[in-house]
Amino acid sequence: MSDLRELYQEVILDHNRRPRNCYVMDCATRTADGHNPLCGDTVKVYLRIEDGIIEEISFQGHGCAICTASTSLMTESVKGKTVTEAKEIFEGFHDMLTGVAAEQGVELGKLQVFEGVREYPVRVKCATLAWHTLNAAMNGNDDEKVTTE
Amino acid sequence: MTTKPAAVEQALVLDTEHIRADFPALHQEVHGKPLVYLDNAATTQKPRAVIDAVRSFYERDCANIHRGVHALSQRATVAFEQARTTVKKHLGAADSREIVFTRGATESINLVAASFVRPRLQAGDEVLISTMEHHSNIVPWQLLCEERGAHLKVIPIDDNGDVILDEYEKLLSDRTRIVGIVHVSNALGTVNPVRQMVEMAHARGVPVLVDGAQAVPHLTVDVRELGCDFYVFSGHKVYGPTGIGVLYGKRAHLLKMVPYQGGGDMILSVTFAKTTFNEPPHRFEAGTPNIEGAIGLATALVYVDGFGMDAVAAHEDELLSRATAAVLEVPGVRLIGTARRKASVLSFVMEGIHPHDIGTILDAEGVAVRAGHHCAQPVMARYGVSATVRASFGLYNRPEEIGALVEGLHRVREVFG
Repeated sequence: MSDLRELYQEVILDHNRRPRNCYVMDCATRTADGHNPLCGDTVKVYLRIEDGIIEEISFQGHGCAICTASTSLMTESVKGKTVTEAKEIFEGFHDMLTGVAAEQGVELGKLQVFEGVREYPVRVKCATLAWHTLNAAMNGNDDEKVTTE
Repeated sequence: MTTKPAAVEQALVLDTEHIRADFPALHQEVHGKPLVYLDNAATTQKPRAVIDAVRSFYERDCANIHRGVHALSQRATVAFEQARTTVKKHLGAADSREIVFTRGATESINLVAASFVRPRLQAGDEVLISTMEHHSNIVPWQLLCEERGAHLKVIPIDDNGDVILDEYEKLLSDRTRIVGIVHVSNALGTVNPVRQMVEMAHARGVPVLVDGAQAVPHLTVDVRELGCDFYVFSGHKVYGPTGIGVLYGKRAHLLKMVPYQGGGDMILSVTFAKTTFNEPPHRFEAGTPNIEGAIGLATALVYVDGFGMDAVAAHEDELLSRATAAVLEVPGVRLIGTARRKASVLSFVMEGIHPHDIGTILDAEGVAVRAGHHCAQPVMARYGVSATVRASFGLYNRPEEIGALVEGLHRVREVFG
């Protein structure tokens, strides 16, 4: 096992302590609920999409440090992006965590801090829950409960 | 035990050095650290005797049971039925025919739901369980109640994790068809006053099923003393193999119960017009059973009986008492479950740190605990948490391992600053 600091990097701990964009959005145009039945983590993602652009994104929920930080950093990384761009980032993020085609060229920026999660297979779902939920919200599957199973 | 820190440490009852030599899996490193296995409530490691018994079945006696006339089949049949007798003795049952082999506690509960309760459950009837039940003692009843238009009623618990007996008394009604109660809670460690609860139910003519999955590994269980109608447990939590479990049922009940599954071994004669069912327990054991599992389970029960369950309980109580005191010394720790009487299970949360993160960091230190909702989400909700960290002790655990757990928790605090 690699060093725990590879997993719990300072950026992750910071976003866990002080999650960004963590609020209920009254004017959301899309929402989706995500749930990890294995650990009970839940996240609700709120989106305000205008002309295909994610103008505003926020979330509520509770989960472990990896889940909370991943959700918080996700909101920062897709804000202002088009839905298509956000989906590309999701794919790149997912590939990084599953070790597939790691050098495909999607600019992940700060999201690189989650690379260490790959070494902890049971925690990969903690990092991807928010993204699956975002994806469902972008697809407009409001009524569909996203689970990691 | 009490959940208050023990003023004076008692001597440990069991000689763990010798016991640990019996368990091959304990002697390994995890992430470069010696394994500290504190996830015994999920499953226990297996002693060499159990591993050898399973191996020996396949190496010498492998045959189907109850039908062959050849030597191997007779040996296998004898071993399987002897296993039933061993279980009977361990549980203090009156008759081996009261012991049904199943896949585990979950299947045993489903069997009772389907074959005992279902035929007598009418719309408006009630099934009574407690807040601290494992999902396996909730969902089968929920499914049945839904099907029959019956109601699932829930006995509340207090903040310590004790059932509120006054409320239980009030909930026992003339519509209650069965009470399902856990003997020892897997999430809180509470030892329920099962004998008293059975008496209270019987005073109303209500039968009681006791989920003993967490009790059989840690306590002396005597089903006749408890007076319960049904008692269930799983083999793998008491040092036996997975995929084998037990349903104890009073013979008078079993004789009246309809079959659970149809198939071979559960019949006396079959024509296309009519099938005559075999006697209990065979009526409830359709198909070729988990023969080596039953043999392995019996070996495990003989193994723990070699120490005596009272000694096992005393040893684990002392570990739990010391661990409770030690863990409470770690800043930010809050216990979930502080019942008057507890067994084996130490469930807790740490302020501001999610149990999963604690579990991962402890794992990096070689300490195996469970982090999650323990398949008991309603009781998690009762305490307003989504998950806890659970350390659970077995007969091979030693005080040094409590030290490793506490060091691990300090490491958690370091990582999270």
